[in-house]
Amino acid sequence: MSTTATLGTTVDEGAEIGAIATVRRGIQVSPELKDGLGRTLVLAVIASAGQVVVPIAMQQTLDRGINGSGGPDVSFVVLMGVVSALAIGLTSLASYLMTARLFTSSERGLATLRVKAFRHVHDLPLLTQNTERRGALVSRVTSDVDQVSQFLVFGGLLLVVSVGQVLVATVVMAVYSWQLTLVVWVCFAPLFLSIRYFQRKLSAAYGVVRRQVAVMLSAISEPVVGAAVVKSYAIEQRTQERIDTAIDEYKSASTQAQKFTVVSFSLGGISAGLANAGVLLIGIWLGFAGEVTAGTVLAFAFLVTLFVGPVQMGTQILTDAQNALVSWRRVIGILDTPADLVDPGESGQELPDRAVDVRFDDVTFAYPGGPPVLRDVDLEIAAGTRLAVVGETGSGKSTIAKLLTRLMDPTSGAVLLDGIDLREVRQVSLRRSVVLVPQEGFLFDDTVAANVRYGRLDATAEQILTAADELGLGDWVAGLPAGIDTRVGQRGESLSAGERQLVALLRAQLADPDLLVLDEATSAVDPALEMRIGRALERLMTGRTSVTIAHRLSTAENADEVVVVDRGRIVQRGPHAVLVVQEGSVYAGLHASWVSQQGTIGR
Amino acid sequence: MSERLSRRGTTIDGFRVLGVAIRREPWIFTLSTIGSVLFGALTVADAWVLGWATDHVVLPAFDDGETRSGLVVAVLALFLGVALLRAVGIVARRLGAGIMQYRMQAHSRRAVTRQYLALPMSWHQRHPTGQLLSNANSDVEAAWGPIAPLPMAVGTIAMMVIAVAQMFLTDWVLALVGMLVFPAVVLANLAYQRLASPLMTKAQQLRAELSEVAHESFDGAMVVKTLGREREETDRFAAKAAELRDVNIRAGRIRAAFDPTLAALPNLGVLVVLAVGVERVLHGATDPGDVVTVAYLLTVVSFPIRSIGWLLGEFPRSVVGYQRVRSVLRARGEMPYGVERLVPGEGGARLRVEHLRFRHDPDQRLLDDVDFDVEPGRTVAVVGATASGKSTLTDLLTRLVDPEDGRVLLDGVDLRDLAHGELATAVALVPQTAFLFDDTVRGNVTLGADVSDDDVWAALRAAQADGFVAALSDGLDTRLGERGTSLSGGQRQRISLARALVRRPRLLILDDATSAVDPEVEARILEALRSGDRDTTLVVVAYRKATIGLADEVVHLDDGRVVDRGSHEALLARNPAYAELVNAYEQHDELVGEVSS
Ligand SMILES: Nc1ncnc2c1ncn2[C@@H]1O[C@H](COP(=O)(O)OP(=O)(O)OP(=O)(O)O)[C@@H](O)[C@H]1O
Ligand SMILES: Nc1ncnc2c1ncn2[C@@H]1O[C@H](COP(=O)(O)OP(=O)(O)OP(=O)(O)O)[C@@H](O)[C@H]1O
Ligand SMILES: [Mg+2]
Repeated sequence: MSTTATLGTTVDEGAEIGAIATVRRGIQVSPELKDGLGRTLVLAVIASAGQVVVPIAMQQTLDRGINGSGGPDVSFVVLMGVVSALAIGLTSLASYLMTARLFTSSERGLATLRVKAFRHVHDLPLLTQNTERRGALVSRVTSDVDQVSQFLVFGGLLLVVSVGQVLVATVVMAVYSWQLTLVVWVCFAPLFLSIRYFQRKLSAAYGVVRRQVAVMLSAISEPVVGAAVVKSYAIEQRTQERIDTAIDEYKSASTQAQKFTVVSFSLGGISAGLANAGVLLIGIWLGFAGEVTAGTVLAFAFLVTLFVGPVQMGTQILTDAQNALVSWRRVIGILDTPADLVDPGESGQELPDRAVDVRFDDVTFAYPGGPPVLRDVDLEIAAGTRLAVVGETGSGKSTIAKLLTRLMDPTSGAVLLDGIDLREVRQVSLRRSVVLVPQEGFLFDDTVAANVRYGRLDATAEQILTAADELGLGDWVAGLPAGIDTRVGQRGESLSAGERQLVALLRAQLADPDLLVLDEATSAVDPALEMRIGRALERLMTGRTSVTIAHRLSTAENADEVVVVDRGRIVQRGPHAVLVVQEGSVYAGLHASWVSQQGTIGR
Repeated sequence: MSERLSRRGTTIDGFRVLGVAIRREPWIFTLSTIGSVLFGALTVADAWVLGWATDHVVLPAFDDGETRSGLVVAVLALFLGVALLRAVGIVARRLGAGIMQYRMQAHSRRAVTRQYLALPMSWHQRHPTGQLLSNANSDVEAAWGPIAPLPMAVGTIAMMVIAVAQMFLTDWVLALVGMLVFPAVVLANLAYQRLASPLMTKAQQLRAELSEVAHESFDGAMVVKTLGREREETDRFAAKAAELRDVNIRAGRIRAAFDPTLAALPNLGVLVVLAVGVERVLHGATDPGDVVTVAYLLTVVSFPIRSIGWLLGEFPRSVVGYQRVRSVLRARGEMPYGVERLVPGEGGARLRVEHLRFRHDPDQRLLDDVDFDVEPGRTVAVVGATASGKSTLTDLLTRLVDPEDGRVLLDGVDLRDLAHGELATAVALVPQTAFLFDDTVRGNVTLGADVSDDDVWAALRAAQADGFVAALSDGLDTRLGERGTSLSGGQRQRISLARALVRRPRLLILDDATSAVDPEVEARILEALRSGDRDTTLVVVAYRKATIGLADEVVHLDDGRVVDRGSHEALLARNPAYAELVNAYEQHDELVGEVSS
């Protein structure tokens, strides 16, 4: 699934887990699957016993009751009829209860599995999340889980029952004639021996199928999300070709898997024919030797069907199971992918409830498989400082922000908050104290208020409005069609780009962090409003530490201190007034260009 | 999205859905049905071979103590022949059904995704991505689910017909009694469809919602992480998962009752036949042998009934899935394209914007009477506060949306009259938020167009992206990951810019797309576009005075209206709101200066 050489860790496909291990691990993840398993098994035995008893009872009624030598034996017919009716009722009831229980426990178990996998996706490191396509991740918690359900309800138990039936049939056959039993087993040996081979083939084939589903969903979701680009560049045809390819590859993969299924299944039928012929012929030969009687051979011919039925059922379930197992593995694979940058949890340290100081201690960072993008960064930010980070595109500013908020851990060196290594800080404490407003603000398809509440869950409408006023956004909120109850649309696309950033800011403001990191948080907002927000933030920042990344140098001018990043290194640091006069420095250059873009005309 | 079920009832709808599949793939359906019939026939033949072998080989052998090798070979050949043929039947049936199912899925998926690409932006805004994924995946799968048991069911119908005919030949009164099984089956089925359909509708709906939550949540994973909202997101997902679980359990219970009912009905029928049969035998109306025959035939019928039951069992989900797919296919409002072509000129295009009015909601006033024009080769800067409608205007200029009133004319042709793809040959938009595909750098710049690497590099150079692209591990062939995650924000913007530049558009629209590009570079880009033979017409949404200064004219947009037009200098002089907007930084500088001095 690795799409990008330079992108890092990928999500586990779970390909190495064996079938039994998958089931065992699956049950471990979803303990509900074991709920009442004993009773379900009893019901299964009753139901499958009934499936044998009912025909026998009916046959008895017919043969002995009606077709008996002395004409219909009415009392016997009545008796057997009642027995049959009872047997039918009991069997049906047992079968209903069994299936209903299976549905209940599997759906419960699968819901748990889904939720655990979903949660784990969020616990994955940012880099792993970014490597996986969204469509692929979605398929794991939706359609992959759905595939498992069928198997659990209709397959799992039946497989156990089938194996049991095969064993019982073998014992019964052996009572009649051990030699002929051997014959039957020899005839089925190729099938049994080839099962493992087919399992492997099928497992691989369905592995491809499930992967193709993910590829297909990604191919579909990408142009849906980027519909505007697809339309404005009129690349519908090329896009459709890509989707079609993915659709067709999924189709071929499924067909391929189906071929293996069919071959392995039809092998069962051939084995049965072989066994029938073998029993008769060897039976005759044994008869010559005086080992068996004609009656035994004929009885055996019928016993073979008792053997063949469950064997065929079993092979069918086994083949169908591969699809489910592969899917199950993929979901479990998510859970087996190492979670985030390990949260020390209870044993971790708490950050104090006040402005914190920040220290980068010889930090180097490289994205997986790539060159270092930050080198030997040493940086100290005193508590309560307003720091601006400036630098060219791609110099590593956002990377600093992500390290500061522990979205990633440094390759070497350490980031310390209040003297504590971030790796030792409890996640809850960290997320409460440190908030990042990322470069690409993302909004959920809900109201403005709901989005803002991601910052503080219990925020009341008044608190939201107050926060908006504090940020100088009161007018803007008042101008929204439904105020804070205005819906923002998918990804916030019913708002303008600038408005989306306003919501993200509001969200951060409500979160009330001790360290606020703004990564180009107002890049799309108009200058007048940006300045207003900037002034508001200045006020709100007292008592907090803040790190602001901005292309617009007006931010740097007002910061307590400026850090200049150039190609992964900190090359300058100090107040604006000092840096700007350092002839020939990076900052002086950046500032000159900023002034030129603002000042040259119309002053 | 909840589609009303038709009044006809699920069973009929289910057969209609199957009819669609059979009409679409008649040959493969025929093949798999023949396979199924072959399988059924050979299952019967198997019993016959056993009987024949018993009579002609086994018993004589035990009686005479000897056997003829010819006969032995015959038995072997018969058994193996039947088994092989039956295997062929299985292969044809199951593979055929599989292929038919996968083909139908592919047909539907192609149709659905074509629709996704054809439907307008307004439709996309109303339909969450996760839901569309569910339509293309889970709903399509559900729709064609019954194809798998179909050949088996059709194949067993022959079995059923023969058995029923024999019943009637044996004793028509008893046969009629036995026939009671059928209305009972129909009733059971009706009850099942009634009970299961609403649940299946709900389940498919919930699957879509689940997919929606998952997609959105993974899309916003970074926000969730940075705010530590994993628990709340999980709760949101868990709530939907629990709903789906409960509906599935309820549907499962109904299914759990349906299957044994279908299995039991023929058996109960046999008992009724016996009761009536005994009565008749006692009255001398029939003889015991016939009763037994009819009863046996009825048990034979039970297998077809069950296999038809498996088919019917799939119907509710299938019908719901099909309806959900249909509702996508039936969605109207794809943009009609005209047939006009643009004269493939070299120079800049002429743009005329006539009294545009546009809004998303009826009670909104987004753009109102926007009117301006741009002569070929000229540059217009669109300036306006946040949310004043600038991006919406660029959407209209590139016909991502159509105006409610007014028109946009390119070289005198209404955009709506242009043939599909024609606009893109002349106009390129660099959107405010760069969107990159999960593709290579080259693929992202060319978007499949036939462009030489030299031109790609030239465009990258112009967008100031050549430096970092050259440093990437595989240069132009480096894959960028979904949405270009392996690049920095500014780098993505530059690739997006190069994508537009490489097309050498005659009208270039930049929606605040150069915020991450140095001003001198931007100036050079703009100059290059305007100069020489190309003389590209430019519409730029910008705040930077350096950029605005390059424009021949400024259109000041405020709350969806053009409140002023003219040169930058003129606007500065006469329009205080405009001056405040673009001079914000300097006013601030002055403020700071005053304070510090
Ligand atoms: N996920 C990633 N995988 C690999 N490389 C990455 C990834 N994210 C960023 N990079 C690379 O790391 C470098 C620094 O990126 P970063 O996002 O920190 O830059 P930046 O200074 O914030 O730039 P901008 O001003 O454009 O936002 C860039 O060269 C970029 O290509
Ligand atoms: N799909 C939509 N549905 C409803 N309203 C919308 C939709 N898209 C945009 N709007 C509204 O239209 C107005 C104008 O949005 P637009 O994106 O054109 O603004 P803009 O001038 O480009 O702003 P910015 O400078 O922030 O990019 C905003 O108030 C926005 O909320
Ligand atoms: Mg905009």
